[in-house]
Formats: sequence, structure tokens, C-alpha cells
Amino acid sequence: MIEVQNLTKYYKDFCAVDNISMTIRKGEILGLLGPNGAGKTTTLRMLTGYFRPSSGSITIKDYVMPEDNLKIKSLIGYLPESAPLYHNMLVYDYLEYVAKLKGIDDKEARYDRFLQLSDLCGLSAIMAKPIADLSKGLKQRVGLAHAMMTDPEILILDEPTSGLDPNQIAEIRNIIKTIGKEKTIIFSTHILSEAEATCDRIAIINNGRVVADDTTANLKQNAGRSSFIRLAIQGAQKNDVVDLLSGISEKLDISQVSENEKHILSFEIRCSDNTDFRSQIYLKIKETDWIIVEFQKESQALEKIFRELTREEK
Amino acid sequence: MKQITTIAIKEFKDYFISPIAYIVISLFLIVTGWFFFSTFFIFGRADLRDFFSLLPITFSFIIPAVTMRLFSEEKNVGSYETLLTMPVSFTDIALGKFFAATLFSLSLLVPTLSYPLFIAFIGDLDPGPVIGGYIGAVFLAGAYSSIGLFASSLTRNQIISFIIGCAMCFTLTILDKLLFFMPEKIIGIVNYVGSNSHFLNIAKGVIDSRDILYFVSVIFIFVFSTYLVMHEKN
Ligand SMILES: Nc1ncnc2c1ncn2[C@@H]1O[C@H](COP(=O)(O)OP(=O)(O)OP(=O)(O)O)[C@@H](O)[C@H]1O
Ligand SMILES: [Mg+2]
Repeated sequence: MIEVQNLTKYYKDFCAVDNISMTIRKGEILGLLGPNGAGKTTTLRMLTGYFRPSSGSITIKDYVMPEDNLKIKSLIGYLPESAPLYHNMLVYDYLEYVAKLKGIDDKEARYDRFLQLSDLCGLSAIMAKPIADLSKGLKQRVGLAHAMMTDPEILILDEPTSGLDPNQIAEIRNIIKTIGKEKTIIFSTHILSEAEATCDRIAIINNGRVVADDTTANLKQNAGRSSFIRLAIQGAQKNDVVDLLSGISEKLDISQVSENEKHILSFEIRCSDNTDFRSQIYLKIKETDWIIVEFQKESQALEKIFRELTREEK
Repeated sequence: MKQITTIAIKEFKDYFISPIAYIVISLFLIVTGWFFFSTFFIFGRADLRDFFSLLPITFSFIIPAVTMRLFSEEKNVGSYETLLTMPVSFTDIALGKFFAATLFSLSLLVPTLSYPLFIAFIGDLDPGPVIGGYIGAVFLAGAYSSIGLFASSLTRNQIISFIIGCAMCFTLTILDKLLFFMPEKIIGIVNYVGSNSHFLNIAKGVIDSRDILYFVSVIFIFVFSTYLVMHEKN
């Protein structure tokens, strides 16, 4: 669907995107991760045809950039990083303008689409407001409506959930997952759990280079020894707990995190080869009269990979 | 074509939302009103000669104020990205904005129609030069709008865009007054490049294809340059 080869972008002498190649298949949801200034926005801007690459090629369906620029633009719905919109227009007028430019000529069709979008993005209360008076999150919603106006085959969203309230974030993730079944979606985000929950595939960019590009499941698996068990216990002595747990296996590495005023002890238990010891731990504790207040497995896979791959070399 | 109209209408409406439009309209009416009524009251002369002969100078300050926001504002706010990632061509954008600015500049002239009406009311009006003057004004507004459009495409700062626009329009206007500084060989060329004489020819009521060709070329050159700048900058 989308084929990117040796994509490079220089700003004067500064190389913001360095030789990126990737293929994105139809129906895939690709999450673009990376620290600030990594080159995510620059990459997305080249995909949408806003920036011309310094070198490299972009092919979308059978269309080649920059010859079929207009055709490509009509295939893509794009939400820019900070949803910059026309401040002095009313939301409705803005959507009308966008719909016309995107070629929805029929008045009825436009109106129907507005109704759907206003449901989808929660715009009904703000249709008659000037864009300048909207809050950041509301602007973001208008931007999303803009991106989805023509129900495009490809959606490119630059930090779509930034500035939204938790309800709206959940909603956007739902939208992404739902429409992602048929459409191709590329979005950038700083929220790792979001990428983990919604993406089929994750690409991590650092200093303009792709440092990881794999399916979400694979990435997590390769992260190795990065999950741990969080255990909180009431009515026990620290040493007793450590002794008991170390008795289960030598592979366990137990660290105490805290003890609060109600004498609840919190531990993090890691295992050197990632075996799941939860049942053994539970059975052991059941023999005592301690109370388990918290007992869960947590995975830091993505976060760990992200940290490792994007750490500044000193 | 449809895209051009959509953009032009949106840009034209934008003028009336922002206060700049009303400031520019008032300024224009005060300045031209002064040219008109001062000759009328001081010399007792009722004609539009001063109004039209000073129009190139007036326009070279007023029109850049009209056009300065066309690109600069969008670039500054960031909506330029939104616009460029929609399926519209650079040509559509440049032409849409050009027509909106020209149309707005022409709408500045609408209230000045009261001057010839006033003259017709109190005395004799020679319609030839008035009609010629307004036809010339249309071409002049088009040419200066294209220059202002070009200036606006160069920068995201509206003030700089205004200054560049003024400088270019003003130079074009007074070029024929600078002739005696020039070496003899190029006088002919420089004279042709200056806008003033072409405008005054049309304003006299003499409609010559060479003058029309001149304005059309200026418009073409600057709209095309705008296109090139857009292309170069992305
Ligand atoms: N128009 C520009 N001119 C010059 N340098 C730029 C421009 N835009 C971005 N850069 C630089 O290119 C690099 C990559 O920027 P980019 O905006 O792509 O980062 P990002 O990954 O989107 O970061 P963030 O997470 O903060 O959004 C940065 O160092 C930035 O300073
Ligand atoms: Mg960014």
C-alpha cells in the first residue's frame, strides 16, 4: 500500500530523517514512536506531500510522489501535529470549506457527512463556534473531522490523542481500531500503552533513523526479561517474605519497593528467564496468614525497548 | 476551477471578518477623499484627474496591506500545512488568493463611485476618462495584487511582506520619474516597465492593447513567481 524507500530529509545541513525505508500494508495500523525531535512529524509530512524529501521515494498504491501528488493527497486524511486550523472561521464553515476542497460537491452529501462526523468526533455542541474560541482538545476533534472528511483509505495522524480528555482518548482509540480494520493508519504518539493497545506494528524512530520496526507482539517478546510481578502483602515481616519467596526458586530476584503506614509491604519480583512463577508464589503465601492486597504481572516490554533504543549515547 | 472559486470565496470572506479590512477601507477613503475634495474646495475644480493620477501611488501602499496576510498569516498560524495537504494544486491556491485580493481591492473602489456621481450632480461630467480610469484601476489592482501575493509568499511575517510589497509596487509606480538617472540606452525599456504611464494611458480613455498586455504580463509573472516560491519552499 505504502512503500517508502531511502527517505531522507535535510533542513539546511541538519539531517532530520535519515534513510528510512518501510512498507506499510493495507489495513495495517502502524504506530510511530520516538523521543522529541526524532523526526516523526517530518516523516509524516513527507508522506502527506507537505514536505518534499531531500532524497528517496514514496509510492502509495500505484502512485508515485511527487508526480501524482494531487491523487495521493486525495487518498490521505491527515491530522497535523497541533491541528492548526483557520481561527477566524466557524467550525461549520470550516468543515464546509474542507468538504468542498476535498471534492464533496453535493450539498446533501456534505450535510450527511457532517452529521456523521459530528457524532463520531463529538462536534454537535460546537458547530457554530469560532475556531479561535475552542479549547485545544476541541480543536483536535475538529482536526480529526477534517482528516476523516472523505472517509479516506489512508489516515495519517500526528499525535491524535494529545490534548484530549480521557473519554475522548478512549473514543479515538476505538475509532482507530474500528476503521483500522479496513483502512491503513499511521499515527505517531508518545504514549506507549496507546501504541501497544492499538497498533499492529510499531516503528521506533531515533535521530531520524528507524531503530526498531516489527509487529507489536514480536517487539514485546524480544524484550526478554522485562516483565515483573508486583506483590503487596499485609501482616508480614519483610525478612520472612524474602525468605519464603527465595525458597521457591533461585531464579527469582526480589526487591522491596516500599512499606506504607498500614504496614503493607510492596515487592517487585523478577525472574531471570521470564518463567511465570505466579502459581507457586500464590500457593506458598496461602500457607501463611498474610493477606495479599495486590498481586499482578506487569509488563514493561515496550517501555524498556524504547528506553534502550532511544537513549542518548554519551 | 472549482477549487479556485472555493479558495477565492473563502479568502474574500475572510477580509470582512478581520478588522484589517475596515481599517484599509477607511484609510483608502480618507486618502482618496482628500485628493478629491481638496481640489474641489481649494481650486473649485470638479474632476477626478487627481484621484486617478494618484491612484498608482495610493494603491502601492494600500494593496500590499490587503495582500500581506494571504500567505504569511497561514504560514505563521500553521494552517498552510492543512491547506497544502488537501487535494488542491499550487496553481489553484495562488490563483484563488490572487482573485480574492484583486476582488477586495476593487471593492475598495466601489464607494469612490460617489465622486463621479457627485460631479454629475453638480455639473458636467465627462464620462470617457471616468470609465477609462476605472478600467485602468481594475488592471492596476490586479497587477499590484499579484505583486503583493508574491511578497506574501516569501515570508511568514506580515510586516515584512507588507514592506516588500510596498517597495516593489512603489518602485514600479515611480520608475518613469527616475528616467533621467538612467543611461539613454535603457530608457525605452525602463519606461515600458514602469506602471504609471500604462495606467494613465488607459485612464485617459485610450485603450491600447500594449497597455493591457503590460498589466496581464505583470499579473502572469508574479502569480507564476508565487507558484515557483511555493514549489521551492515545500
Ligand atoms: N521546519 C524546520 N526547519 C528546521 N528544522 C526543523 C524543522 N522542522 C523540524 N526540524 C528539526 O527536525 C528534527 C525532527 O523534528 P520533528 O518535528 O520531525 O520531530 P518529532 O519526532 O515530531 O518530535 P516531537 O515528538 O517533539 O513532535 C528536530 O530536531 C527539529 O528541530
Ligand atoms: Mg512531532
